[in-house]
Amino acid sequence: MYCEECKLRPATVHLAQMFNGQKIETHLCEQCASQKGAIIFGADHQLSIANLLGSFLGGNYGIQEARSPVQNSSCPNCGIKFFDIRQTGKLGCAQCYMAFEQELEPSLRRIHGNRQHVGKIPLRGGEKVLWRRQIEGLKQRLQEAVAREEYEEAAEIRDQIKNLEKRTG
Amino acid sequence: MRKPRKSVIRLKIWKRERDKEVGGMTIKKLFEETFLAWMNGETAIHSDIVISSRVRLARNLSEIAFPHLLNQESGQKFMQLINEAWQKSEFKELKQMELVTFENLSALDRKILVEKHLISPNHAQSTAFYQGLLVKPDGSLAVMINEEDHLRIQCFLPGLQLEEAYRRSQEIDDALEKELDFAFDDRRGYLTSCPTNIGTGMRASLMLHLPAISISGQSGHIFHNLNQLGLTVRGIYGEGTEAIGNFFQLSNQITLGQSEEDINASLTTISQQVIEQERMLRESLREQMKYQLEDRIGRAYGILTHARLISSNEALTLLSDVRLGIDMGMIPRISANALNELVVDIRPAHLQKKAGSDMDAVSRDAKRAEVIREKLQTGEEES
Repeated sequence: MYCEECKLRPATVHLAQMFNGQKIETHLCEQCASQKGAIIFGADHQLSIANLLGSFLGGNYGIQEARSPVQNSSCPNCGIKFFDIRQTGKLGCAQCYMAFEQELEPSLRRIHGNRQHVGKIPLRGGEKVLWRRQIEGLKQRLQEAVAREEYEEAAEIRDQIKNLEKRTG
Repeated sequence: MRKPRKSVIRLKIWKRERDKEVGGMTIKKLFEETFLAWMNGETAIHSDIVISSRVRLARNLSEIAFPHLLNQESGQKFMQLINEAWQKSEFKELKQMELVTFENLSALDRKILVEKHLISPNHAQSTAFYQGLLVKPDGSLAVMINEEDHLRIQCFLPGLQLEEAYRRSQEIDDALEKELDFAFDDRRGYLTSCPTNIGTGMRASLMLHLPAISISGQSGHIFHNLNQLGLTVRGIYGEGTEAIGNFFQLSNQITLGQSEEDINASLTTISQQVIEQERMLRESLREQMKYQLEDRIGRAYGILTHARLISSNEALTLLSDVRLGIDMGMIPRISANALNELVVDIRPAHLQKKAGSDMDAVSRDAKRAEVIREKLQTGEEES
C-alpha cells in the first residue's frame, strides 16, 4: 500500500479517526505523516512512545472508568499512582508489576503477544522457576514414557516429579 | 607512587581499591581516542555490511524505585549497592571495568560517550551522581547506570556475532547478580521500567550498512517486511532518528515469550537474508549502472579527499559511497577499521575534543574536512 499523500513511498503510518461516529482511515508514509502531524495531533502534542504507551496501559478503560478507584491507588513500595503510570507509560518500581497486576495484564499481553517468560532465569530468586520448568520437562517425558508403555521408567519419572513438587511446596 | 597528574578531563572515577594495575589501564583513552573494540572490522564476519553487533540487557533492583523516581537518598543507596557489587566481584571482565559518574563529567565528555554509542542521548542529559557508566576501556562492555533502567548491560562487537555479544553481556549479568537482587517474576521474567522490555530485558541490534538497498529504492519495502517479522529498523542514533549515511539499526521488538537464544538466532537468520539481498543488489548495480555507480563513488572520494569544508551529513553520505566503492573494489582500499573510526571521528564532540577548544560551525566543518583527508590517506598507506 502506498502513501495516500505522496503516492510514492509505502504507507507505514495508519491512522484511524472517529468523526461523528464514522471511522476514517488514513494511510501515510513517515515523512508525510510527520508533516501532517501538526494538523492531526496539534502542534505541541508529540506522539512519543511514552504517550502511546501510557494510553496503551489500561487502554481498556473508557471515560467513566478513568475516574475509577484504581486510578488513585498507589504502589506500596514506591508510592506511584496508577494514574501517573498511565500518563507517562513508565512504572515506578519493580513492585508496581505486582501492585497493579490486574490493570497491567491485558496491556502486557497486547504489547508482547505472550504472557510467559521463557528466557534466562537468575540464579538467585529463580529457583522456583527452574524447578517448575524441570517439572514441566519431566511431565512431558512421563507422557512419552507412558505412550511407549515403558512403565518402569514412567514410575521413576513420577517419583522425581513428586520429589520436586515437595521441594517447591 | 605516581604523582597525580593534572588531567584535562575532570572525571569522577571510582577506582577499585584492590586492583591498582587495572586503574592503570587508563579510562582517559576512552575520551581522548576514538577507536573501540567494535570498530575492529578487519577480520569479523560479514563486516563489510554488518558494522557491529550489540546486545543490551535491562536489569533492575527489586526494592529501589526506577531511575526516573530516584532522589538524593535513594540514589545514594543505589550507588552504594552497585559500587559494592563491582568492588567485590571476582569476575575478570568486571574487574577490568571502571565506574564513571556524570556529576563531574563535562557536557562534552558525555557527548563523546553518546557519539561512541556507549550511552544514549537522554542519559547524557544528566549530571546526577547516581547516573553514569561502568565501562571497559576498550568499549566492548558498558553498563549504563540509571538510564531508563537501573542497569543496562551492553556488549558491542564488530561484524555479525550476536551470540558472542550475548555470552559476554550475560557473564557480566551473572557476576553482578551474585551481589545484587534483580527484580524477576516467574511469569514476566526480568522486570523493567518500561513494560515493552519485560521478559528477557534483551535488545539485540545490528548496525547495517545498506547502500545498494537504499540506492535501488528497496528499503521501504524490505523494512516493512522486517517490521512484520517483529523487528525494528531505525537510524543509527537510536529511536526517532533518520538513517544517515545508509546505516540502519535492526533489532528485536518482542522481549517476552522468546528465549535470548531464539531472539538472537532469528535476528541472525533474518539479517543474513538482508545481507544476501544487499550483495545481490550491489552486483546488479554493477551490471546495470556501472558508469553511474563508478561516477558517484569517484565523486564522493574526490570530494572527501579534497574538500576544505564539509558538514556532518554530507560527510556521512559520501563516506557511505566510499565504503561501497571499497567493498566493490572500485577505489583504493582503506582499512575497515579506519572507516569505522572515521564515522565517529567526524561527529561534533569528537572534533571539538581533537581541536581542544570551542568551535563555530565553520571551523568545525574545516576540522572535519581535515580529519577525513588525513584518515583517508593514512588508511590507504596502512593497507
